[in-house]
Amino acid sequence: MRLLARVTLLLLLASGVVFAQAIDPLPFKDHAEEVRFQKLTAQLRCLVCQNENLADSNADLARDLRHEVFELMQHGQSDEQIKQYLVERYSNFVLYDPPVQRSTWLLWFGPLLILLAGAGVVAFTIRRRAAASTADALQTDTRDTEHGDDW
Amino acid sequence: MSRLAPLLGFVLLAALLGFGIWWNSGHDQREVPSPLIDKAAPAFVLPRLDDPAQSVSRASLLGKPYLINVFASWCIACGEEHPVLMTDGKQIGVPLIGYDYKDDPAEAKAWLAEHGNPYDTVIADREGRSAIDFGVYGAPESFLIDAQGVIRYKHIGPLTPEVIASELKPAIDALQREAH
Repeated sequence: MRLLARVTLLLLLASGVVFAQAIDPLPFKDHAEEVRFQKLTAQLRCLVCQNENLADSNADLARDLRHEVFELMQHGQSDEQIKQYLVERYSNFVLYDPPVQRSTWLLWFGPLLILLAGAGVVAFTIRRRAAASTADALQTDTRDTEHGDDW
Repeated sequence: MSRLAPLLGFVLLAALLGFGIWWNSGHDQREVPSPLIDKAAPAFVLPRLDDPAQSVSRASLLGKPYLINVFASWCIACGEEHPVLMTDGKQIGVPLIGYDYKDDPAEAKAWLAEHGNPYDTVIADREGRSAIDFGVYGAPESFLIDAQGVIRYKHIGPLTPEVIASELKPAIDALQREAH
């Protein structure tokens, strides 16, 4: 009997934990509002556990900020205004997508530069090889096999 | 030359890795720079921890510089910082305003009774709403606010004697020079 009571207690406690995580009691007026809320909070970073977004994070501050976002939505603020509100307090760090501005040009266009550099190297190599093989053909070089791996 | 190309590539990558390690060990990557530096501190009205009937506001603190120190009884790093506040913190030359963040008032009072109270005034933000305006995302955090109510310096994480000597004290000295 004692064992049963303990098991029941344990189960109750466990279910309590699950329950507490499952509810974030925000009274959305309709489904569209909830979708908008989920979309918006998924684009915002949790400041405490920085690899999580606001929508997924269980951190205390994330919950507070979700409530803040919800409240701002109730006051008729647009997504942009809400983001601005958070950026004013927590800097651009709070946005998952950094805005395109002078200080982030390298971040946004750096990969393109690297791609272009790679393309340049490939083009250069191909042209050199093509030139080398034409030269070989002209010379009718007999030592063909020795050129195989040289780049 | 062309046989050295892979080696050169490797050395370049290794150098990049080395630079990355050096760069990131120099500062705390998790630190979120405050956009509020040199901007007016957000308006707040918060009750005093020892006497909730009385409140302290941004307006009531105008006129001389002060240091807001965000702490909480549940915050472990605040326990590390506390002895520093009890010694060096009391000697910085500006009032220390304790900002009890998302805390149970009874526990906060017990914590201060046990470890000592370095603060001139302690205000309590139980819900953490005003803290959002300050961009607080953890504790401890400290804000140096000047006589005009402008945030001049922010430190994230525990204040240490080194941080006080190398950052906070010079910032306070600069404020005092301005005042004269």
